[in-house]
Amino acid sequence: MSNKIVNQKAWFLVAPVFLVVAFNALIPLMTVVNFSVQETFGDNVFTWAGVQWFQDVLHSERFHNALLKQLLFSAIVLAIEIPLGLAIALTMPRKGIWVSFCLILMALPLLIPWNVVGSMWNIMALPDIGLLAKMINGLGIDYNYTRQPVAAWFTIVLMDVWHWTSLVVLLCYAGLVSIPDAYYQAAKVDGAKPWAVFRYIQLPKLKHVLTIAVLLRFMDSFMIYTEVSVLTGGGPGNATTFLSIDLVKIALGQFDLGPAAAMSLIYFMIILAMSWLFYTLMMKNEES
Amino acid sequence: MKNRITRFVPLFYIIFLMIPIYWLLNMSFKTTNEILGGFTLYPHNFTFANYATILTDPSWYRGYINSIEYVFINTVFSVAVALPAAYAFSRYRFLGDKHLFFWLLTNRMAPPAVFALPVFQLYSEVGLFDTPWAVALAHTLFNIPLAVWILEGFMGGVPTALDETAFVDGYSFPRFFFRIFIPTIAAGIGVACFFCFMFSWVELLLAKTLTSVAAKPIAAIMTKTASASGYQLGLLAAAGSLTLIPGAVVVYFVRNYIAKGFALGRV
Repeated sequence: MSNKIVNQKAWFLVAPVFLVVAFNALIPLMTVVNFSVQETFGDNVFTWAGVQWFQDVLHSERFHNALLKQLLFSAIVLAIEIPLGLAIALTMPRKGIWVSFCLILMALPLLIPWNVVGSMWNIMALPDIGLLAKMINGLGIDYNYTRQPVAAWFTIVLMDVWHWTSLVVLLCYAGLVSIPDAYYQAAKVDGAKPWAVFRYIQLPKLKHVLTIAVLLRFMDSFMIYTEVSVLTGGGPGNATTFLSIDLVKIALGQFDLGPAAAMSLIYFMIILAMSWLFYTLMMKNEES
Repeated sequence: MKNRITRFVPLFYIIFLMIPIYWLLNMSFKTTNEILGGFTLYPHNFTFANYATILTDPSWYRGYINSIEYVFINTVFSVAVALPAAYAFSRYRFLGDKHLFFWLLTNRMAPPAVFALPVFQLYSEVGLFDTPWAVALAHTLFNIPLAVWILEGFMGGVPTALDETAFVDGYSFPRFFFRIFIPTIAAGIGVACFFCFMFSWVELLLAKTLTSVAAKPIAAIMTKTASASGYQLGLLAAAGSLTLIPGAVVVYFVRNYIAKGFALGRV
């Protein structure tokens, strides 16, 4: 960060990216802002609505519920995936032919189209013919994800753990292999216990990658749409109607542009605020 | 004792990962009768019929071609545009650099659900709707920021002495960039391509919204089959199984860099 040269001509190098992303992001974002303060009855006739939609959305119980569900989902998923991914990365071999093998197989779920992930777990969880449903029934537990909210949540969380834990594993693994051998040897000489090695050598080195992991996992779990929409469609009832699903229902299903736009902006603001927090933390790590 | 157990943790995890994949493959080789007939752990009447349907029916296999087409355009375009920008962020300070960098990242954070409708309107307006270019361009929204981020990370690992020596030796900037710098960070470029491929390949919401007939991606064809023609699970499973192949092929090529890549080149 410190030894960079001040050079305003660098803007020329950044200009193409700036133009493309501006076209893609700013124009649609301004459209959303437009919709969010106007009322329409079709035929492209718009009237000024002020902050009406924002007030409606912020006071609606539907929005609160969807937001709470989305937050709860992110919290559960982070609480499982981060420790689990870390544990798997710590137990992975560092050298040898198994490494490539492990890495390729672990990366596989990340490369499956999201709707296929949804379909896969749909096939797994179907009553009577799904392996997961059979296994749970075999334990003597009544399980039907299309009828029981708890079962639906369980299936979605399990699906997300299956889908994304590898990301955490790969990040942590990258952090671990970057620790020089000398550190471990020094610890050995000092007679450090495994816990001490983890606490004072591995964890500090992993702080950086773990921040990236939390950032990425938070962002993506907070915007999850396709997998859940394929698997449960937001049901049973509204049990798994997250913010993203509700938003698509309102915007593309009911075509209520005003409320959908207001909701989009609030949604985006929440993600921005959270991400800014993580990002600042990350940059602080990088500088120190 | 403790060591022996922990050694098996990755193995258990991989088994857990493989079970749903096995189940998908299992379903894809079954006849519809067998699927609906009851629970079987492996296909008793092994059949390739589901795959044959997909590979001979243009309305199915066109979907794969369409998907690969826009993924390819997107990857090339995103990385080509991101390269100079990443260099700028990695080597220079300029007015608003930090704000610009964060603004780029915010687009990686924008939920596609927020952008689906306005992006649809914008692309219809400029006449790109239902072309592979529309999806490719729309996916740059999150892929360019990601590519910039990854490449910047990899470039940070290249000492600035390399640039300085080249300029002292009389290299012009373009010549230095293409002849020396790009070969130096080839691994980083490979990883960036991999990630652009990956996120463009797995995304559905924008791809579905921006296409109707001509450029429809395989993912959208699948969701339609799932709902429209009753419950052809075998066909759906076969189509899903085929979508695993491109990912598996690509990940094989970057296997040695993948861990560093997921850390966005920052370890």
